[in-house]
Amino acid sequence: MNIEFLKKLCVANGTSGHEHAISEIIRDEIKDLVDDVKTDALGNLIAHKKGPGKKMMLAGHMDQIGLMITHIDEEGFLRFAPIGGFSPTVLLSQRFVFPSGLVGVVGCERLDKPADIAIGKLYLDIGAKDEEAAKKLVKVGDVCVYVNPFAVNGDVVVTPALDDRIGCFIMIEALKKIKKSAFDLYFVFTSQEEVGLRGAKTSAYSIDPDYGLAFDVTASGDTPKSLPMPMKMYGGAAIKLKDNSVICHPTIVKHLEKCAEEGKIKYQYEILEMGGTDSGAIHVSRGGVPSGVISIASRHIHTPNEMCAISDIEACIALTVKALETEIK
Amino acid sequence: MLLEKLTTACGLPGFEDEVRDIIKEELEGHVESMKVDRIGNLIVVKKGKNDSPHIVLSAHMDEVGLCIKGIEKDGTMKFASWGVDPRLLPSMHVFVGKGKIKGVIGNKPIHLQKEAERTQVYDIDAMYIDIGCDSKEEAEKLVNKGDFVAFDSKYTEFGENKIKAKALDDRVGCAAIIELLKMDLPMNITGIFCVQEEVGLKGSAVASKSLNADLVINIEGTICADMEGVDEHERVTNQGAGPCLSLMDMTSVYLKKYLEAIVKVAEDEKIPYQYRGTGMGGTDAGSYHTGGDGIPCIGIAVPCRYIHSPVSVMHKNDYDNLVKLIEAFIKKGVERVIG
Repeated sequence: MNIEFLKKLCVANGTSGHEHAISEIIRDEIKDLVDDVKTDALGNLIAHKKGPGKKMMLAGHMDQIGLMITHIDEEGFLRFAPIGGFSPTVLLSQRFVFPSGLVGVVGCERLDKPADIAIGKLYLDIGAKDEEAAKKLVKVGDVCVYVNPFAVNGDVVVTPALDDRIGCFIMIEALKKIKKSAFDLYFVFTSQEEVGLRGAKTSAYSIDPDYGLAFDVTASGDTPKSLPMPMKMYGGAAIKLKDNSVICHPTIVKHLEKCAEEGKIKYQYEILEMGGTDSGAIHVSRGGVPSGVISIASRHIHTPNEMCAISDIEACIALTVKALETEIK
Repeated sequence: MLLEKLTTACGLPGFEDEVRDIIKEELEGHVESMKVDRIGNLIVVKKGKNDSPHIVLSAHMDEVGLCIKGIEKDGTMKFASWGVDPRLLPSMHVFVGKGKIKGVIGNKPIHLQKEAERTQVYDIDAMYIDIGCDSKEEAEKLVNKGDFVAFDSKYTEFGENKIKAKALDDRVGCAAIIELLKMDLPMNITGIFCVQEEVGLKGSAVASKSLNADLVINIEGTICADMEGVDEHERVTNQGAGPCLSLMDMTSVYLKKYLEAIVKVAEDEKIPYQYRGTGMGGTDAGSYHTGGDGIPCIGIAVPCRYIHSPVSVMHKNDYDNLVKLIEAFIKKGVERVIG
């Protein structure tokens, strides 16, 4: 597996609405493999690989969660608004990096008791001497993401932004491997998923697909005393049945099951009682689009330590290739 | 004066007629066409040169308030709330329904309150509206279930260029668009006056479906907590510091390219501006940028203290600078980012 390219994708800096760097990397990687590639108003990267049959829209989101600076105080400390889902306990003491390379650490005001922690009490410290020094390095509206120590740890990768560079990676690797597509394919690397599936909404509208297939991380129910969930790391490609944004269409679920069985690809089912992904927006676009999701069971989502198994990534790629080469009857 | 006329009118979500009529009257003769869509949005078109960009200016006509839920035997009324802090309600003056029947919100006298009640916020169901009637029959001659209830609050100018009124959110936006449409601007401009923003961006959700625009400028009245005792980073905006530009809220991440373009115009023209320092709240831009295949949006607003109350306070300079900035941006900035 192309770990170097996965690393390149994961360490790039791109939170919601600021996906440009990711978009450039992907465009470079795929431009010779597709017939047309363009960026729309919201920053979605849309690549068209012409093929026979019905229109299939594939979606993986480029954006990762991050912080936006909202205020710089007289002492040079920064306040921020979260972009996407963060818990204050996870945020505390993390390092964040701006596209310029500037690093800030999250500190907290004095608390009477640990339970008082809240995002409003946290600040970002870039070590600036005062307001003037801080404003030379950063301005209100600037964005930053978790510092990224990408690691391959035996059979797993550990990195921030796995959500959802891994989805983009699976789509790209599948695109490289497809021999004969059964569909007219639109590979969409979406923007602004973490703030409400916004890029998927507009790109689904403009493409007007017959089928939708999203790629994203999902939770894993195999950690100590976790919420009971059927998804496990090392369990194979996860075929989503539902989350809070979509109930996957039986046409797509059956197609994925059949492809996995025929291709002898290890798979599991995903039933997620929280969260959502791009298929949530695609399936309600225009007159409705039968949609599904191939997910990868991951641990520690939305922390700097997102983890998934290399064997599961490979299973997802294999299932995607098979699903795109097989007609939906 | 325009803002006085607009804030004196009542326009609860779904009952925007009075505000819409004023806007139509104001714009008569200044635009090529006006239409009201099926949900009640007022959409006006003013053509520029054929190949010039198409800019949408949008604001919402509705305001927060209450709604009559039921009429009691003694002629008082129970009500539901549309976005109003229940702590503001006791002793409030209100207008009920299209007939603008005068009423007050009643509360148990302090003498009769138990110790614990004095430190509690009254539940909305424990409060009632009194329109001076003694029976259900008498009250039913004047009001109906489902009638809107608006704040009764007089537009007042005070201090140095300050204005107190209800519904500054978002009649400031409506007023600004009216002023801009009366100018001679070199673009194709569509003005959209939306209904039902306060109940979840309903009007703009409809309006955004059939738009073919290059850019939406959404104009709002927004949070301003620049009072003593509020930490600077929690103030969101400061009164008198200029119109504020949105970075992000619950419904939009504003695209940098357009934000930088309007900031450049503000700096070139020496028009004061500030950023809206929070990720909270939401606006009709949320509908526009995800409507259809997506339209880029700029969010700009006048800071309003005590927003969503009968006594919102704004600085007139912020409003004037907002109009000035949008005018300058349309004349000098738009073509740098579009086309």
